[in-house]
Amino acid sequence: MLRYMIKRVIMGGVTIWVIITITFLIMHNIPGNPFAKEGKMTEAVYHNLMSYYNLDKPLGEQYVIYLKNLAKFDLGPSTKSKTRTVNDYIADNFPVSAKLGVTAFSFALVVGILLGIIAALKRNRWPDYICMIMAIIGVSVPNFILATLLIEIFSLRLGLVPTSGWGTVSHMILPAIAMSMMPIAHIARMMRSSMIEVLGQDYIRTAKAKGLSEGKIIRRHAVRNAIMPVVTIVGTTFANIVVGSFVVENIFRVPGLGKYFVQSITNRDYSVILGTTIFYSIILIVAYIIVDLLYILIDPRIQLTNSDKKTSFFKKKTVESKWG
Amino acid sequence: MGDKLLEVQNLHVSFKTYAGEIKAVRGISFDVEKGECVGIVGESGCGKSVTSQSIMRLLKVPPAVYKQGKILFEGKDLLALKEKDMRAIRGNQISMIFQDPMTSLNPTQKVGKQIMEVLVEHKKLSKKQAYKQAEQMLNLVAMSEPHKRMEQYPHEFSGGMRQRAMIAIALACHPKLMIADEPTTALDVTVQAQILELLQEVQKKVDMSIMLITHDLGVIAKMCDRVIVMYAGQIVEQGLVQEIFEHPTHPYTRGLLKAVPRMDMSRKNALNSIVGTPPDLFAPPKGCAFYARCEEAMKICEEHMPVIQEVGGTHKSACWLHHPMCPIKNRKEEA
Repeated sequence: MLRYMIKRVIMGGVTIWVIITITFLIMHNIPGNPFAKEGKMTEAVYHNLMSYYNLDKPLGEQYVIYLKNLAKFDLGPSTKSKTRTVNDYIADNFPVSAKLGVTAFSFALVVGILLGIIAALKRNRWPDYICMIMAIIGVSVPNFILATLLIEIFSLRLGLVPTSGWGTVSHMILPAIAMSMMPIAHIARMMRSSMIEVLGQDYIRTAKAKGLSEGKIIRRHAVRNAIMPVVTIVGTTFANIVVGSFVVENIFRVPGLGKYFVQSITNRDYSVILGTTIFYSIILIVAYIIVDLLYILIDPRIQLTNSDKKTSFFKKKTVESKWG
Repeated sequence: MGDKLLEVQNLHVSFKTYAGEIKAVRGISFDVEKGECVGIVGESGCGKSVTSQSIMRLLKVPPAVYKQGKILFEGKDLLALKEKDMRAIRGNQISMIFQDPMTSLNPTQKVGKQIMEVLVEHKKLSKKQAYKQAEQMLNLVAMSEPHKRMEQYPHEFSGGMRQRAMIAIALACHPKLMIADEPTTALDVTVQAQILELLQEVQKKVDMSIMLITHDLGVIAKMCDRVIVMYAGQIVEQGLVQEIFEHPTHPYTRGLLKAVPRMDMSRKNALNSIVGTPPDLFAPPKGCAFYARCEEAMKICEEHMPVIQEVGGTHKSACWLHHPMCPIKNRKEEA
């Protein structure tokens, strides 16, 4: 287990280095520079700025400097803000995004799985159709439209929650719903098809032959077996949702991290681009490791192999399937 | 013989599909007495499994429809019971083991827990009592190291062990009737023999009736007291094992018995088979279902369905050849 974890962390480090390198190269090849939007400035000011941010040095040297700072967990200063570093952005704004994201994610998980189960149980009857219509709406309606609708109905007409802002629980409700619609739809569809498959399995018939009620059959025998495909997709979903959404955070004026992902690129704010990318990658990699650990917890047939063969380095797990 | 435990009376089961109605079981009647082992034999699709799953009411309604008939278990009509009352019988008074032990156990639950589950459900035992009892059940089905097996998952078991675990689940509540739906089909021959011996042994120990569904006549000969031969959703012949094996009276049964490979058969000859295929159950024939494949078919067989009639003692057969008016006399001696 420990060996497996160490391997995964090392692999994760390598992945992040590759991501940094590729992002670094692409970023510097986009036309323009961080100060293009600043308006007219004298040659001297421009040169001073360039040398302050080490942008006048050759690309290779810049790359080395960046990696050196990164090793000290210093993501560098923002070229846009004179006072805030990238570390400040993450420290100040990420907790807001994370709080909203975790709420939206938990909501999506519970509602998505429930809808999927209901749809599977009432397959081809009206509850199934309602769940799946909701899922299609969830996938196809962009969240900025959904967000505006939610504000119109729940804030303006019904006056139940504030239109925007941040601070209290009531501020979180609408953005969390807006952010969770898409994942709910994905999870519900995944859960439905997986549940339908499991309900046709022989061991469900065995459970029925034991004289168990439908509820007990679902809870004890079906859900755990059906949830694997959902676990696979929630890793990515979690990472996406937790780092914040540009659109939703903008509409609801949530001071999260989401908008910096987009703004940094249009601003050519090199250190923020790299910083947010690295941060997102780390969360994604950690989420994947957790998903793999969840597999082992959920399905006893999946085991970690601790083989010393060289090839096993990339074969991180094997499904020991003695089944049919 | 003792009293009747299970009586199936004129059972009709159909499946409604978009293509039409499949008449899977078409008016069968038979009894299972206390303590006896009844075998149901027939080729694939003849309605054996539908019959057994009807008794447990495991068929999904719809598409399945119980069109007619009664299934009396100790005098109670199972088809008329509420789902809740039926649950109290399933796994408790009637239990079932299935064809494929590889897929019949929940892969994500420990075997011990799966046995305990029925005990907690029906006998209202505490977890501790259930654990003890479950371990005893594993002992009863001759599982080695039952204590260790309790904590293992199905994928750590061999096929034979899994079927033993299934039998342990089925026996846990001391059922009065156990339905075994092709319990040995998916196992290799040596394990097959072990499982059958185990079933015979536990039947003696716990005094229950067994309904054994199979397409293997060898299994029937080894295990059963009585045999029911099914064809195209109907019973064509039933009787004691000796009666059926020594004096098969229905041409289909004779065909089945001839098709069993024998040790003394020459290698050069192909195995005997019954030519043709069973009729389409969407539109079953008006007359005898076996008419098209029967070597001894007569004109009446095409027109009228034969009724089941006694041909001696407990032996019954549904064939016009045994009708008193049949011109071909003394069929029995000839066979």
